[in-house]
Amino acid sequence: MTDWIRATAAHMADALAAGEVTSVSLTQAHLDRIAAVDGDVHAFLHVNADGALETAAAVDADRAAGVSLPRLAGVPIGIKDVLVTQGLPTTAGSRILEGWIPPYDATVTRKVREARMPILGKTNMDEFAMGSSTEHSAYGPTHNPWDLDRIPGGSGGGSAAALAAFEAPLTIGSDTGGSIRQPASVTGTVGVKPTYGGVSRYGAIALASSLDQLGPCGRTVLDAALLHEVMGGHDPHDATSLRSPVPGAVAAALEGASGDLSGVTLGVIKELGGEGYQDGVKQRFEEALDAARAAGATVVEVECPSFVYALAAYYLILPAEASSNLAKFDGVRFGLRVERETIERTMAATRAQGFGDEVKRRVILGTYALSAGYYDAYYGSAQKVRTLIQRDFAAAFEKATVLVSPTVPSTPFKLGERIDDPLAMYLNDVATIPANLAGIPGMSIPAGLAPEDNLPVGFQLLAPAHEDARLYRVGGALESLLNASWGGQLAGLAPELATSAGEAAR
Amino acid sequence: MSSLERADVARLATLARIDMTDDDLDRLSGQLNAIVDAVATLATLDTHDVPATSHPIPMANVERDDVIEPSLTPAQALAAAPQAEDDRFRVPQILGEEA
Repeated sequence: MTDWIRATAAHMADALAAGEVTSVSLTQAHLDRIAAVDGDVHAFLHVNADGALETAAAVDADRAAGVSLPRLAGVPIGIKDVLVTQGLPTTAGSRILEGWIPPYDATVTRKVREARMPILGKTNMDEFAMGSSTEHSAYGPTHNPWDLDRIPGGSGGGSAAALAAFEAPLTIGSDTGGSIRQPASVTGTVGVKPTYGGVSRYGAIALASSLDQLGPCGRTVLDAALLHEVMGGHDPHDATSLRSPVPGAVAAALEGASGDLSGVTLGVIKELGGEGYQDGVKQRFEEALDAARAAGATVVEVECPSFVYALAAYYLILPAEASSNLAKFDGVRFGLRVERETIERTMAATRAQGFGDEVKRRVILGTYALSAGYYDAYYGSAQKVRTLIQRDFAAAFEKATVLVSPTVPSTPFKLGERIDDPLAMYLNDVATIPANLAGIPGMSIPAGLAPEDNLPVGFQLLAPAHEDARLYRVGGALESLLNASWGGQLAGLAPELATSAGEAAR
Repeated sequence: MSSLERADVARLATLARIDMTDDDLDRLSGQLNAIVDAVATLATLDTHDVPATSHPIPMANVERDDVIEPSLTPAQALAAAPQAEDDRFRVPQILGEEA
């Protein structure tokens, strides 16, 4: 009997089309898995069991009636709680939105529904996507399925952990400074941040509007490609949405799967490695480069000297934009209200009670960076650094097809280890932030387990703007080379999770 | 660039409409000061002839046809309001006693 929850989304889609399995049984298998393990993992903030089964049953009925269906119809999915979902609670991990039921769908939510994918539920995240560990979720952290005492990454730790725990074959994430790629790295899964504007942000609760980008998360490069093509495309409701066609992600992933890398040049970014990177991370990264060379790739080193300023620029631009975006949470139109005598007092009391510490820190930092007398020195300088970083990327892409680095300097750390040290937490994103500042696409794929702790290491690929297909082509090739070296998907090597009575009873 | 003192944090919190207790100020001020010190490294960079980038993918004059599309009904828009009255959001008084 096929263990359906461990299958790839591509395999599920093919089996559904061939009538080997029904969407109801696939969806029920994932709901059972969630019931069995999510008490420990806490990847989901809300489980949409009835809604998911209803979609699944409708897909099965249409398929039986011979209706033509989209490729992923009937394949279940988890959606990060940053996307609004009509009729389903949406909190962005914040108390200030507890119990809120949005009156409309995000464009990506609509596309998922139109693709006829049963929505399993909403995945956990750091509050308003501010964090790298999900420890800033107002509803408690998600635990890494590889070691429940460790962080699953963030902000999209729920979306990544759901994949690694086989609670969902596909999930959606959002990446402002690495919130898709860093969780993928530390959970041994795949995550893609598309070119800025490649996926509509309409209905995505905004963190930093010039950096935010939604993207696909899966356990394989091909699965991420399939979801990318569902999510992407121009949307008149998002003025920053690109008019260019959705990149041929699936074709590129399939082309890459042959493992041939001849004619491809990988540019190793000198500034994103070396000192401060864990030994096992460096080792697995070097081994992946060796595998690429053996498959015909050329490997060169590129220098991006402005990257040393990326983290500082990011922690000015992000709080500045976030402090403005979060002004809408004022207790007037939706969400929490802590009533006081005047509206101004009400706003201040509501935000004090509704926001967690990290949100308060960043809103205050952003208010500072934008205040008179400091604007030029802080926000203005940071925007100039963005230009320098774009120039560094442009020069580097003259020499390489894709640029590569470890996704994260370390394997996942223990929950609680960095919670009181915001600067240490911010260093998680040092290798992922430059892509957001420049608007270019990036991907993280598993690079194996660090020998010293047996925890996942991520390999990051970056491509020029609009060239997302290069990530799938090269990422797909590297994945097939690396999977062959450890005998299948990395996620399959994760320790078995304890299951509660829910699954055993079935 | 200057460092961020406790009194500065209190003033910024007022501007940002977030009530802060003494405990909050004690806890957050030190952390914020450390973050400001870290981002102040940008001051060492000579950027006087570098143009600013506000948006990663250049775009201008994004337009669409001026046609009426379906939108939320008043009932839908008000469904999650903490308080509503006569198709409007109801709030406490806007001006304080001193105004």
